[in-house]
Amino acid sequence: MNANIILLPVLIPLFTAIAGLIFRSIRIQQPIGVIGGIATLWSSWQLFCDVRNVGYRVLHVGGWTPPYGITLVADHLSAIMVVIASLMACLVALYSIRDVDAMRKKLFYFPLYNFLSMAINGAFLTGDIFNLYVWFEVMLISSFVLLALGGAKPQIEGAFKYVSINLISSAMFLSGIGLLYAKVGTLNMADIAVKLNFQSHSFLINSTAILFLSAFGIKAALFPFFFWLPASYHTPPAAISAIFAGLLTKVGVYALIRSSTLFFRESFYYTQNLLLVIAGLTMVTGVLGAAAQYRVRKILSFHIISQIGYMIMGLALFTPLALAGMVFYLIHHIIVKTNLFLLSGIIEKIHGSDDLSRLGGLYRSSPGLAGLFCISAFSLGGIPPLSGFWAKFALIKAGLEIDAFWISLIALLVGLMTLFSMTKIWGEAFWKACPETAESKDIAPVTNLALMYIPATVMAVMTLYLGFFGQTVFDVAQATSAQLLDPRGYIEAVLGGGGR
Amino acid sequence: MTSLILRATARSLLPVLLLFSWIILYRGHNLPGGGFIGGLTAAAGFIIVGLSEDIEQAKRILRISPLSLMAVGLLTAALSGVIGVMTGAPFMTGIWLNTFEMPVVGTIHLGTPMLFDVGVYLAVCGFSLNTLFTLSETED
Repeated sequence: MNANIILLPVLIPLFTAIAGLIFRSIRIQQPIGVIGGIATLWSSWQLFCDVRNVGYRVLHVGGWTPPYGITLVADHLSAIMVVIASLMACLVALYSIRDVDAMRKKLFYFPLYNFLSMAINGAFLTGDIFNLYVWFEVMLISSFVLLALGGAKPQIEGAFKYVSINLISSAMFLSGIGLLYAKVGTLNMADIAVKLNFQSHSFLINSTAILFLSAFGIKAALFPFFFWLPASYHTPPAAISAIFAGLLTKVGVYALIRSSTLFFRESFYYTQNLLLVIAGLTMVTGVLGAAAQYRVRKILSFHIISQIGYMIMGLALFTPLALAGMVFYLIHHIIVKTNLFLLSGIIEKIHGSDDLSRLGGLYRSSPGLAGLFCISAFSLGGIPPLSGFWAKFALIKAGLEIDAFWISLIALLVGLMTLFSMTKIWGEAFWKACPETAESKDIAPVTNLALMYIPATVMAVMTLYLGFFGQTVFDVAQATSAQLLDPRGYIEAVLGGGGR
Repeated sequence: MTSLILRATARSLLPVLLLFSWIILYRGHNLPGGGFIGGLTAAAGFIIVGLSEDIEQAKRILRISPLSLMAVGLLTAALSGVIGVMTGAPFMTGIWLNTFEMPVVGTIHLGTPMLFDVGVYLAVCGFSLNTLFTLSETED
């Protein structure tokens, strides 16, 4: 198969975005955006099947041999992330047709959205550390505009916090790259891996590792750097916060996984304990922060943080089962979290608010919505047999296998508290009788929500599939974990031969 | 702006600056220059007209909207990469035409990296003009 296939998940959103800039009527932009999303999904699925067969797919852009040119690499992890990101992008594009208002659409919502999708796929596929930085910047700019689009006061405030902390992260990332380049003289990730494995005790490498950890930690909303996330994610329309919640922090997690398994594996002991502590603190602070909140999207935002903690826990444990559990957790989390934000958007459309004290009676008025919410929320809480249970089960089992009792205990307790938050939303928004306020009386029944329900239903079905037929996905996760633990295949695929 | 000198020279500066920007664009492959700086120079020509006369006048001379310029530029740059794919090579592989002689200018060497730079030129020019037109509108 032509190696250029690896580029399609990046190129299709680019051309879709350009088409959106050329045809400025919303009526044309909407179908183009959705069709582009479907085409991207199709191409990433092709890439995934290809990678499942051959293991690695590599493209040296422009025909420049590594380590001089930019290389794109798809291994299992990249391919999985691209498929799941394209799937979310496609479904949320469909959802935005109904959710996003005409004013934002006129201000190029769809082209911006496609640029964001391009940048996310690019970040997952690149095999060049500086190129990764560039994709981060493209992602930051397009997400910043999406966040600020509309210009309401809380939006600008959230967007400002978001962009300033992320600029600091970019500066750290760039300094880390600079230090690394000064040390090893290359930017190709496989080449860096080869060179670092010969000189793992350098002080300079550890400083780079910590700079990368901080930079990606900010992107992924890890423990001390998480505050920007709940400050900004509840401000834009639900479709935008859904795609942010599902994918943006996960790009940070992906970068952390990639750098830890490829560059710093020889010196991983240096950051391993630190990562474990951070993972525990991230889980606990996220879930405690959520307990204090009373707005649906704020609660969900804090839960993103605690869930990120689980993934980092998988990375820090660094056993085959832990890494497989982490990959499974990533897949489960992206689907469930995006879906919960989509559902919160539907709640807002029906009630005009997502404040729990004003909501109520949704179980009676919209039972379908209640069913969908039930699946996603209790999957997030880890109720068997839903997907979250298997994800947590794998991680905690991995923790107990290597006697990491503290972190396993924290993971268990945080799971319990997640359940508490979810039952809080469930009890307040769905079971409680609707509070008799002046505004709740004159709620006009909202119609035409089909376009919002379809993506949410698809995601709920996928959550169920992950729960009941999780083995197929877990096999893929285990293959991914094997590849991550043995990066020789990656290096050989990129550099050819024995990796010089 | 009421300066007589500026008003008298602005109109004649525009073609000169445009020509200059094309020279910069063309020499950019091997020498200092290129699409980015060329695009900025071209935008500067229109902005001088806008400052000396009226921003509407600059828009009239430009004819198409800066946003379309951006879109066309992006499309050109992206398609220049696809040309390499058509020949079976990886994306963005440089495909060069044979050199040929042209009177006055000398030897001409065209290829897809050049086309990419043209895309950058258009996108940068469109972006700068779009920003400046928008800023001058809110001033009123």
